[in-house]
Amino acid sequence: MGKDPIISIRGAVYSYKGAPSPALCGADLEVLPGEWVALLGANGSGKSTLAKICNALLEPTQGDCFSLSMDCRDPACVPLIRQGAALVFQNPDDQIVASIVEEDVAFGPENLGLTSGEIRRRVDRALELTGLSEHRRRGSHSLSGGQKQRLALAGALALEPKVLILDEATSMLDPEGRAALLECLRELNASGMTLIQITHIMEDIARAGRIAVMQSGRIVWDGLPADFWRGEYLRFGFDEPGELALYRELISRKMIPEGTRPIAEDMAEALCL
Amino acid sequence: MKFAGGFSIGQFIPGESFVHSLDPRCKIAAAFVLLGGLFASSSPPDFIPWILCLAACSRASRIRFSSVLRSGRPVLFLIVFTVALNLFWTPGREIFRLGFLRVTQEGLAAALSMGLRLYLLVMFAAMLMMTTSPMSFSDGLERLMSPLRRLRFPVSEMAMMMTIALRFIPTLFEETDRILKAQISRGADFESGGILKRTRAFIPVLVPLFVLVFARAENLATAMESRCYVPGAPRTRLNPLEWSRRDTAALVCSAVFVIFSLLWNRHAAAAISSFVTWPV
Amino acid sequence: MSLTAEKITYSYNEGTAAERPALRGVSVFVGRGGWVSVVGHTGSGKSTLAQHLNLLLTPKSGKIEIDGKTAVPGSSGARELRRKVGLVFQYPETQFFAETVREEIGFAPSNWGLKKDELEDCVRAAAAAAGLTPEVLESNPFRLSGGQRRRVAIASVIAMKPDYLVLDEPTAGLDAAGVRDLTRMLNEIRAGGLAVVQVTHDLKSALEHSDMMLVLEKGREIYAGTPEETASYLAEHPVKGLVLPPLVRFAGRMRQSGFDIPIISGIPAMLGALSEGARRI
Repeated sequence: MGKDPIISIRGAVYSYKGAPSPALCGADLEVLPGEWVALLGANGSGKSTLAKICNALLEPTQGDCFSLSMDCRDPACVPLIRQGAALVFQNPDDQIVASIVEEDVAFGPENLGLTSGEIRRRVDRALELTGLSEHRRRGSHSLSGGQKQRLALAGALALEPKVLILDEATSMLDPEGRAALLECLRELNASGMTLIQITHIMEDIARAGRIAVMQSGRIVWDGLPADFWRGEYLRFGFDEPGELALYRELISRKMIPEGTRPIAEDMAEALCL
Repeated sequence: MKFAGGFSIGQFIPGESFVHSLDPRCKIAAAFVLLGGLFASSSPPDFIPWILCLAACSRASRIRFSSVLRSGRPVLFLIVFTVALNLFWTPGREIFRLGFLRVTQEGLAAALSMGLRLYLLVMFAAMLMMTTSPMSFSDGLERLMSPLRRLRFPVSEMAMMMTIALRFIPTLFEETDRILKAQISRGADFESGGILKRTRAFIPVLVPLFVLVFARAENLATAMESRCYVPGAPRTRLNPLEWSRRDTAALVCSAVFVIFSLLWNRHAAAAISSFVTWPV
Repeated sequence: MSLTAEKITYSYNEGTAAERPALRGVSVFVGRGGWVSVVGHTGSGKSTLAQHLNLLLTPKSGKIEIDGKTAVPGSSGARELRRKVGLVFQYPETQFFAETVREEIGFAPSNWGLKKDELEDCVRAAAAAAGLTPEVLESNPFRLSGGQRRRVAIASVIAMKPDYLVLDEPTAGLDAAGVRDLTRMLNEIRAGGLAVVQVTHDLKSALEHSDMMLVLEKGREIYAGTPEETASYLAEHPVKGLVLPPLVRFAGRMRQSGFDIPIISGIPAMLGALSEGARRI
């Protein structure tokens, strides 16, 4: 291997003001460049806090956090970290600043003080990656839910980050909007983007290359999807979706090969071969 | 039954027309020049060139004249009220009587010009908003107000606040509509009872709306921070404002038009007034 | 006794340049104690239909009948009839305004002029029906968990003692466990005699619980049938924005490859059919 981690969190502790218990109590996470990590956990397990620490929006009270080899505590690094490890939130309506699609995508680069030519180039590219080029002059308010979330993604991509952190970014989308966003993420990951996706949706988790589970402020499990599906899923009290139950039956009867993902189409294909 | 919404005096309509392409500073300045001229017009015939001017602006911005005219709807009540006030309460030569209301010749003229003036005022403001994106509008205003920075006035923060406020207007109206409907379906009654009861009936609408706005504001602030926004820090622009010759030309044209209208008021309008024999 | 919408047509911003047709002749019928799911993509008109059932919108053509009475929105009788049809909006917890759960649930019945002692019984009954313990009544609705807030919102509607409950995307934003709890609760409410009309794009819960389904696309009715019929139809005729649950998709794919699997079935039945099919090949 020999690759240096792009995100490295060691023993991070964080408490919100007035909260009875800390949101993070000794979380460790290392992510290598180009990985796609799905981060799971119940509400209040500290996932969002961890995401905000990676983005230098919050500073851990104890422990270390290095994003792109920069210390999150160093004020000089904060703007560089926010650029390099961009964050997309759950509700697109809370992230869209401008009334026109391309003006919203430009918001981040404008904050970086780039020239208009460079801003234009980044806006064009981000719109193209998210498939919104034809909507660039439209009102951001008139987009559909799925398009709005892709706009929020474009806004993050215009910062040209190395790491993209998605905090439940697919949870408010309908299945179609989610599929379009996932396809977009798949292409980004294939071109080398590191992805950390906080999610509880099976379809999302099934596409990640690595899975980490959070419980009460700690990472309690971290490993490969195949191991996770084999049984770990149930250990953490998650509801077992039907397709996973079917997957485990099919695997145990050796009807489908080990590497198959617990996605309906993949399993059907494996069976029909 | 749409309860809220439709309230916005001219929401931006994206387009590529001549007016759209003008510098927002030019459009804001021209709007002020025109509004000043409008206030100098007082008799009904004075407004003939203004109506033509509005039609010309609508043509040059490729926005249908009918949509421009419709954008005055939200303030229609105010206009009707002013017109009625002028119509019935101006002393002078009486034309006819409606019970205790008497309409005078002077009242008719005052009502007509007041109504036209107000309506045109709203129309020109609407033209400005319909052809200028909120972002470039606040950019323009920021630049026009930048001398205030010397007085430590937070000009760029104000401009950013305005951009965001304009962006959230449609969202907020949608939310208000939804909350209103939800409370009506739970039996809330906004239509009966005295003023106190009616005011109190709105508490179940206002509380959820405030909760929502505060939550939104907090999330938005976090999202902006994560997109590298630092309040007051210098920012660059995707479309930097560039004052071109056509902006100068447009501004000069507006000024010339205002001078023309003043001359018209003094000569042509007076002549028309003398031709029109008012019904006595 | 039934709630019927007959050939409803409706457009937003009628008569203006921004006119947008939302419903083009849609009919729906639900009898007492029934469960109908109206499914469709965003913009299919399903929420507009829900608001018609609650007499919040006036159809351009068509009519709404509640227990045999034609309801005219805006008329004096509409407010009384509206009470028979409770409507739970999407993300209903965003309409909370009261300081206690008791006050929140009591809002609707007090609007219909219930006396204080009756009100308390009514609130308790509604809370119990929504699976809320009496202690929750004292708490602040804004401080509850997501799933509990949704229950309070539903309790605040069933407190009006409606005969029909219309829910717009009741499972939106809930996690798998939350969805399971909520649908269980709805099933219990329905067992108590309340009819349910669920408007959703979540095919999984629609297929699992309804007696009848109605599929809408761009304001048009494109299919109506039982969950099994609807699942087979959608497996062969995909509709934009409607994604069948994974197990149904799996069964659909296997059926296309010649396996004799019922479109909606449990995993044991599926495995049985699969191994039989394997033998046949």
